[in-house]
Amino acid sequence: MVIAARDFRELRLDGMSRNFGAVNALTGVTLSVRRGEFIALLGPSGCGKSTALNCLAGLLTVSSGSIWLDKTRIDRLAPEERGFGMVFQNYALFPHMSVRKNIGFGLSMQGLAKAEIARKVNEALAIVRLGDQGYKLPGQLSGGQQQRVAIARAIVIEPPLVLMDEPLSNLDAKLRLEMRAEIRRIHELIGSATIYVTHDQEEALSLADRIVVMRAGEVRQVGTPEDLYSRPAHPDVAEFMGYRNQIGSRAEKSGNLLNVIVGGVSLAGTPVDGAGEGSVVAAIRPDDLKVAAGGPISVRVESSQYHGQDFYCSGRTDDGAELYFRSEKKVTKGDSVRLAADASRVLVYSRAAS
Amino acid sequence: MSDRAVEAPAERLPLRVRLALYDLDGVTLLVLPAVLFVIALFVYPFAYGFVLSFEPKKGAWFANYAKFFSDPFLYDTIEATFRLAIPATLINVLVSIPVALRVRRMRNRRVLTTILVIPITLGTVLIAEGLLNYLGPQGWFNRTLMLFGLGQIRLVHNYTGVMLSLILSGFPFTFLLTLSYLTGIDPSLEQAAATLGAKARARFWTILMPLLAQGLAINLCLSFVQTFSVFPSAVLLGAPAGATRVISIAAYQAAYEQYDSSMASAIAMIMGFCQLFVVVLILAARRFVYRGAAGGGKG
Repeated sequence: MVIAARDFRELRLDGMSRNFGAVNALTGVTLSVRRGEFIALLGPSGCGKSTALNCLAGLLTVSSGSIWLDKTRIDRLAPEERGFGMVFQNYALFPHMSVRKNIGFGLSMQGLAKAEIARKVNEALAIVRLGDQGYKLPGQLSGGQQQRVAIARAIVIEPPLVLMDEPLSNLDAKLRLEMRAEIRRIHELIGSATIYVTHDQEEALSLADRIVVMRAGEVRQVGTPEDLYSRPAHPDVAEFMGYRNQIGSRAEKSGNLLNVIVGGVSLAGTPVDGAGEGSVVAAIRPDDLKVAAGGPISVRVESSQYHGQDFYCSGRTDDGAELYFRSEKKVTKGDSVRLAADASRVLVYSRAAS
Repeated sequence: MSDRAVEAPAERLPLRVRLALYDLDGVTLLVLPAVLFVIALFVYPFAYGFVLSFEPKKGAWFANYAKFFSDPFLYDTIEATFRLAIPATLINVLVSIPVALRVRRMRNRRVLTTILVIPITLGTVLIAEGLLNYLGPQGWFNRTLMLFGLGQIRLVHNYTGVMLSLILSGFPFTFLLTLSYLTGIDPSLEQAAATLGAKARARFWTILMPLLAQGLAINLCLSFVQTFSVFPSAVLLGAPAGATRVISIAAYQAAYEQYDSSMASAIAMIMGFCQLFVVVLILAARRFVYRGAAGGGKG
């Protein structure tokens, strides 16, 4: 293997912040990334994840805090001095250069010999499986192929760190799945660290070793996909991880569990981060609200969408709260159904945390 | 009845539908005034002048052209015009690039744009008058020089005066054009080049210039045509009998001093040919540069 990421041990962000005038786009991001790790920055639009990526690439200046690559401080370096590979959302392929010229651009900037460049470009084209497209212009390629060129161009300079800014958002659903697998394969092949910005939780869960959930310019939670999925530390994170039902309630202790009121009935839930009695938010994933004949919560179905295996439904409880749930059997608007949820799947957060 | 209804689609489509297949509809009629305008004010006068130029007052059909190219007082005007138009065009277009590069990143671009547009709206004559007063022998520029004992510089009624006026009135135009071409280049291309290790100079030569080239070619053409037909400033600020006796002055004199409209038409035809020659040359050179979109493909 010719193309392999430059060696390093740790990339460290230390209180990285960026403000635009009075607006804090990014506040105090502290994170440490090891070689070979795949990190996803996940959050809704405007949460600061792209700002964070641009700060790492050097395209934006950091207002305060620092970035370290092992023992070198890099946050004052220009982008061309950092040597990170970046894949842009719109690919940013040079429209006037052939695919080969695009991929070889970084190498020729390093002043490598022609033969060496040609050899590495061949290698990169093989890695992204575009062997026979080298002499075309970017405009002659499909979206997925352009994406592959953008990746090849970023990895051929053997960067220690590859930065990707929502690279799949312009592709259709089928291609997105295909490229997701490709990105992970290439990441493992070259052994770099990858930082991947996305707003798609499914993408983050399936690709990343660790996920950094961001909201309003702050890091809300860092953890493995399993951690985040089963135990989000914050109602915001929970919402992003698919806990679509978030019900405000008052809680009462009952042993290790907390009892909350959902739809006029009491439901046992698991406290998160020491949530106690008082004002709380209960978060339940639609998949965990099961239709059961003897279930405690009664709802009237308001909508039902067929999703192949089952139905995604929404219903309203007697006290007017809207609940989302999943049903294996067909239900139609106006039906009355009863819902149940396992205590371990009802997460209770104290109100103060939100 | 029912038979007819079934047969109907097989009949000829209505005219409106057939026209719509060629993208012709009611809106197309809106082009008509412009077409009439072009025919009345360009095609007809051009054809008329062309024919007229071959009907000299005396001599063979090509006598006007023979006269033009045998009299240095006439054919030297071509050189005089080129000597003004080519440097003025190059200066305007080349200087506009670095300025536009910087202005592109400015936040209140509108103030600057407004300031630059003012010379265009004022017109050449006003600029010429202003320059005469300010740079003339008794203008405050020379008075200031004299105050410091630096003597006088002759800046008007010669080549320099006309050149200054061409730059002053032409620059805003080329600048705005360059700026719009430059802002049309996707900024992420430069960012991508930077992350790949290209320093500012390399980014300019490998990314910006190739993508800007076709815009600059158009800019050169427009600017050249504009400066080639210089007349008011050549008369007011120049030496209309000497260094800045441009071809339009020769045409004017033929038409309104010698009342030889046939000769004037011939000079106008020669002038048009010179412009066409340069424009074709520039456009032909475009084949060597990238001509596609300056964005990132389908993106």
